[in-house]
Amino acid sequence: MTENENTSNDPIIICEDVHKWFDDFHVLKGITTTFKKGEKAVICGPSGSGKSTFIRTINRLEEHQRGTIIVDGIELTNDLRNINLIRQEVGMVFQQFNLFPHLSNLKNITLGPIRVRKLSKRKAEEEALALLERMGIADQAYKYPSEISGGQQQRVAIARALAMEPKIMLFDEPTSALDPEMISEVLDVMRELAHSGMTMLVVTHEMGFAREVADRVMFFDEGVVVEEAVPADFFDNPQHERTKLFISQTLQH
Amino acid sequence: MHHASNTMAQNSTKIPFWRDTRVLQVLFQILFLLGVFLLAGILYANMLKGLDNLGLNLKLDFLRNEAGFDVSDTVIEYDPSNTYLKAFIVGVLNTLRVSLLGILCATVLGLFIGISRLSTNWLVRNIAATYIEIFRNIPLLLQILFWYTVFGSLPAARESINLFDTVFINNRSIYFPSLQQTAGISSWVGYFYAAAILSVISIFVLALIFHRKQVERMEEGDDIGYFTHVTRAAKWSIVPVFFIVAIIGWFLAPESPFVLGRPELQRFNVEGGIRFSAGFISLLIALSVYTSAFIAEVVRSGIQAVSKGQREAARAVGLSTGQTLRLIILPQAVPIIIPPLTSQYLNLAKNSSLATAAGYDDLFRIGSTILTQAGKAIPVFAMVMANYLIISLTTSAAMNWYNRWVNRFNR
Ligand SMILES: Nc1ncnc2c1ncn2[C@@H]1O[C@H](COP(=O)(O)OP(=O)(O)O)[C@@H](O)[C@H]1O
Ligand SMILES: [Mg+2]
Repeated sequence: MTENENTSNDPIIICEDVHKWFDDFHVLKGITTTFKKGEKAVICGPSGSGKSTFIRTINRLEEHQRGTIIVDGIELTNDLRNINLIRQEVGMVFQQFNLFPHLSNLKNITLGPIRVRKLSKRKAEEEALALLERMGIADQAYKYPSEISGGQQQRVAIARALAMEPKIMLFDEPTSALDPEMISEVLDVMRELAHSGMTMLVVTHEMGFAREVADRVMFFDEGVVVEEAVPADFFDNPQHERTKLFISQTLQH
Repeated sequence: MHHASNTMAQNSTKIPFWRDTRVLQVLFQILFLLGVFLLAGILYANMLKGLDNLGLNLKLDFLRNEAGFDVSDTVIEYDPSNTYLKAFIVGVLNTLRVSLLGILCATVLGLFIGISRLSTNWLVRNIAATYIEIFRNIPLLLQILFWYTVFGSLPAARESINLFDTVFINNRSIYFPSLQQTAGISSWVGYFYAAAILSVISIFVLALIFHRKQVERMEEGDDIGYFTHVTRAAKWSIVPVFFIVAIIGWFLAPESPFVLGRPELQRFNVEGGIRFSAGFISLLIALSVYTSAFIAEVVRSGIQAVSKGQREAARAVGLSTGQTLRLIILPQAVPIIIPPLTSQYLNLAKNSSLATAAGYDDLFRIGSTILTQAGKAIPVFAMVMANYLIISLTTSAAMNWYNRWVNRFNR
């Protein structure tokens, strides 16, 4: 078993029968699950199965229409105050990085702390530089996103999310837009983050990463969780036909 | 081998000029320009001959003659005994006034409507959409006449509408309070010299304090240099010192340096304040509203051109909707917006020549009057056209400069 020593038994995200429609299209069909503090969950599944939509409901970039989501004791409703609280507790890293191109890497990171956490500029910059150091790119602080490589951009994006001191980090295919030689530098940073005890929900097809880091692998298909298990069981002894097919296809690559 | 490469090298340095593309390009351009000048010269000579036969000429002497007509709404002092040239300048200034104010109002309105057009609020979004569709699809001339008619249906001067004793409106004019200098102005200005001296002292003192503080904090010998302290000290000195001195000076001066000259309703008319004619206001409203509808669309498409991911990333780090718009979306949308915005500005300036419909004496209208009275069609037309051209080219140049400034960080 790869049960992580950081994982406690306190739930931090509780999803009860979560449904989501895009107009008539039923994307999430009743997701019920609980993530514990410090847990690392890897979410995989075919394209269009609702993985992104699911993790985006957790910081309310998408609204769910039925069921309940409770994040660190705060229920996600239309209450603006709750939404703002949640967004400070939940960091997100996107497939396309989404760095702000008109701001230097440092300013990308300090924007949230200065404007939302109300830190002084000096304090925010100190923290940002420390984060860039941790990401191994301290020397890129004063460049613009367009001047650094994809792998470096994604690490700036991770630093930007961490600068808000979130309790939970969401990753939506963080390495899918990267050239192969840059994938490992981003995974290394995520691995380090995992060991630091962060609660992480990671949508990825990096099966090596999943085996090594995840406490649980969830398999999505057509808006439902078809199967979930610890990595060893998931990869070596999948129960469902669709899971087996998916694993064999993914591992062939 | 050696021999062969040698001849090749010689070959490349010695091309006869009639085969050298560099020479030929320049030569063709010179020939082309010569041709254009020649053609223009022939046409010009022909025109002069024709005019001569008609007993006309292109001389500008007539500009010194007395204009003899009145202009009701002017920026500078003018009366009918002034020259045509003065009347012409009055027209230019009137066109500039309505264009500049129109550009300002249209931009503010357009920005507001364009952002509202993308609101998540159904009502706001649809009101903005309706505004855009109505005002950009009704011909501008009709809109000018509409506002002019609305104005015309207001009460006459002696029954002017009185808004809080501050603004007066009647069917001919609108009056706003104006700032008027008093004798107190000279001593108030005097305090600004004091402010300048105080600022300089304050900069030195602050820079010294900043420097001391940094020396205390210095660990790795990372001296950022004295100049940084000076600029920082200047930032913290100049504005506050001037601000404080300006306020203190205001009260210390024997008389307030400016007083508000409020318009007052007399027996037959409104006196005092600053007056705008109904024609000017109708034209200004019509131009602003009409152009704002186009600017709103420019703003909307500029905002939509910024990727959805940018908004999501901003929301994900906890920025509010307003912060997201101000700090993330607009800075990226502005460079996209500027080129189409420029052409809206140019349209507004040129459309101001419809002023005649509201009886406002702009460049075109005064030009036409001069033309009719003095009978100098070609010079007057040339002057009017040249002025519109200058206004347009200046606008373009200013916007190009702004565009470069906005894009200074994009490499
Ligand atoms: N904003 C949207 N509007 C309409 N349909 C959407 C939207 N976002 C996603 N979808 C649809 O929802 C489904 C699930 O999308 P997504 O969660 O992105 O899948 P995944 O991340 O697993 O590939 C897809 O069929 C997609 O086309
Ligand atoms: Mg996805």
